[in-house]
Amino acid sequence: MSTAFSKRQKAGQRLVNVAAGAALLYIFVPIFVIVLFSFNEPKGKYNIKWQNFTLDNWAHPFVEKELTSALWVSLRIALIATLVSTVLGTLIALSLSRYKFKASGAVNLFLILPLTAPEIVLGSSLATLFLNRSVDFGYVTIIIAHVMFQISFVAVTVRARIRGFDWTLEQAAQDLGATPSRAFWKVTFPLILPGIMAAALLSFALSVDDFIITFFNAGSLVTFPLQIFGASRVKISPQINVLASMLLFTSVALMAGAMVLTRRREHRHSSVARKKS
Amino acid sequence: MTSVVSAGRKWGESLSSRPENVGLGVMLGLGLGAVALAAQWVKGPSALLVAVAMLAMAIGLIYTAFAGGLEARKSLAPYGLLKPGIIWLCLFFLAPLWSMVVMSLSSKAGRFDFFPDFTWNFENYRIALTKFRPQFIRSFSYAGIATLLTVVIGYPLAYFIAFRGGKYRNILLGLVVVPFFTSYLIRTLAWNNILADEGPVVSLINTLHLSGIFESLDIMQNGKLMNTPAAVIGGLTYNFLPFMVLPIYVSLEKIDVRLVDAAMDLYSSASQAFRKVVLPLSLPGLFAGGLLVFIPAAGDFVNAQFLGNPQTTMIGNSIQDQFLRQLNYPVASAMSFVLMIIITIIVLIYTKFMGTEDLA
Repeated sequence: MSTAFSKRQKAGQRLVNVAAGAALLYIFVPIFVIVLFSFNEPKGKYNIKWQNFTLDNWAHPFVEKELTSALWVSLRIALIATLVSTVLGTLIALSLSRYKFKASGAVNLFLILPLTAPEIVLGSSLATLFLNRSVDFGYVTIIIAHVMFQISFVAVTVRARIRGFDWTLEQAAQDLGATPSRAFWKVTFPLILPGIMAAALLSFALSVDDFIITFFNAGSLVTFPLQIFGASRVKISPQINVLASMLLFTSVALMAGAMVLTRRREHRHSSVARKKS
Repeated sequence: MTSVVSAGRKWGESLSSRPENVGLGVMLGLGLGAVALAAQWVKGPSALLVAVAMLAMAIGLIYTAFAGGLEARKSLAPYGLLKPGIIWLCLFFLAPLWSMVVMSLSSKAGRFDFFPDFTWNFENYRIALTKFRPQFIRSFSYAGIATLLTVVIGYPLAYFIAFRGGKYRNILLGLVVVPFFTSYLIRTLAWNNILADEGPVVSLINTLHLSGIFESLDIMQNGKLMNTPAAVIGGLTYNFLPFMVLPIYVSLEKIDVRLVDAAMDLYSSASQAFRKVVLPLSLPGLFAGGLLVFIPAAGDFVNAQFLGNPQTTMIGNSIQDQFLRQLNYPVASAMSFVLMIIITIIVLIYTKFMGTEDLA
C-alpha cells in the first residue's frame, strides 16, 4: 500500500517537474526565435521564414536609419520619464511606508487604479485631454504619459522593497546629533537606494517598451515600438531582431549584475554580523 | 487691511494646531483644483479664481509648516511627500477620465468639424454597445480563455520554483521575467515566425498528420495556425504569463511547508494535501494573477493585429481604429468608458474581498 502510494506521489511530482520545464521552454522559445532570426538572411522584405545564416545584420546593426533614430527617441524619452517618475514615485513610497496617517488607505487604492486600468483607456483618455486643450503631440506628451503610468509602478515597487525597513535607524542618527536631512541622506537613503534603482530600471524598461499608451499620444513622433508597428505592414527587417537582442542582452546583464551585487552585499553584511556575534 | 491680516493669522493659528488636517485638506484641494483646471470644469475668469485659490492653499500650507514648528512639519511631511506625485496623477490620470466621459457624450456638429461639442449624445453608447458588441464579447472571451491558460501553464511553474527551486529560486524567477526585456511587439512578431504557414509547428503537425484534430478543435483553420482566434489567444497567453506566475509564486512561497507535512502525517494523500492546504493558501496569488492577466489582455490590440484576422478584432482594435484613423473620438471614448467601467467593477469586487496588497 505504502509503496503504491509513494509511486503515485512520485509520478505526480514528476508531472509537476515536466509541466514546469515545458512552461519554461514555452517562455523561452520566442526569445530564442528572436535571437535566431537576427542571424537570418531573409529573401524579400519579411524576416519570417528561415533562409540562411549570416552575420551581416550584426555587422551592420544600424543600417535601418529610421529604426535606429526611433530607438534613440525611445531611450531619450525613457531617461527623462524615468528620472521624473522615480523621484515622484519614491516620495510617495516613503510617505506611505514611513508615516501612519489618515487617507493612506485611499491613497493606496488611488495608486493601484492606474495599474489596473487597461492601457488603451489610459492612452485614449489622456489623448482626449490633450486634444481638448490643443496640445501639440510629441516628446512632451509622451513623457507626461509615461511618467503617469510609471509613478504608480515606482511607488508600489519601492514600497514593497522598503517594507520592514527599520526607521529607528534614522532616529538613532538624530539622537547622535545628525539633522533630520543629514540622517536621511547619510543613513536611510543609502540603504533604500538599491530598491529605488531596481524600480527605476524596471520602469525604464516599461517606458522603452510601451506601445499602446504611446501610440495615442505620440503625434508624428516615432518611438522604437511605434516604428516596429508601422513598419511591420511593409517590411520586417532582421535589424529589428538585432536591436531587440542587444536590448535583451544589455538588460539581462544589468539584471544579473544587480543580483550579484546585492548577493555580495548581503554576504558581506552577514559575515560582518557573524564576526560581531 | 491689518484686520484682514490678523484674521488670517488667527485662522492660520487655529489650523496650525491641527497640521494634519491642513496637510490632507491642501492635498485634496490642490488635487481637485488640478482636475478642475485640466478637465476644464471651469473656464476663463473662474479658472483664474481656482488658480488663485490653489496658490492661497499652497501659501497657507507653507505658513503652517513654518509657524507650527517641528511637530507640525512632521505631521505635514507625509502629505508633502505625496503631493507632487498625486497632483501629477490628478492632472494626467483623473482629469483625462473626465475628458473621456465628456467626449463620449459629445457629437460632431458637421462632417469637417474637428472638435465635437458636448450634447448629452447617448447615441455613442448605443453604437458602442450594438455595432461593437462582437468586439466586446471577443475581448472578454479571449482574455478569459487566455487567463485560464496562464493558470494551467503558470501554476506548475510557480509551484516548482517555490517548492523545488532551492537556491536557484531567484535565477528561475529572473528567467520568468526575461521576456519583459525584449520588446512586446517583437515578442508577438516572433510567434509569427513560429506559427507561420511553412513554419516549424505547422510542418510538424502536417508530418504527424494531426491537422485533422487541430482543425476539429478549431485551433487550425484551413491548414493554418496564423491569423486564427487560437493564435490571438496564444499570443495573449504568452505575453501575460509572467503576470500570473509571479503572484502565484509569492503566495506559494509564504506557505509553511510543515502544514503540508502535517496534512500528510494525518494520512492525507499528496493530492488531498494539495487540494485542501496548498491550493486554498495560494488563492490570493491566483486571483491577483487573474486580474493582472485579464485586464491587459482584454484591452490589448497588438496580438489581434499581428496574429489575427479581420474576424478576430478585439475592442482595443476598434477603439484604436475609431480614435486614430476614423477620428471618431466620441464613439471611441464611449467604448473606452464601457471597457473601463466593466474592468473597474471587476477590480472593485476583487479589492473588496482581497484588498490591494497582492496586486503590488
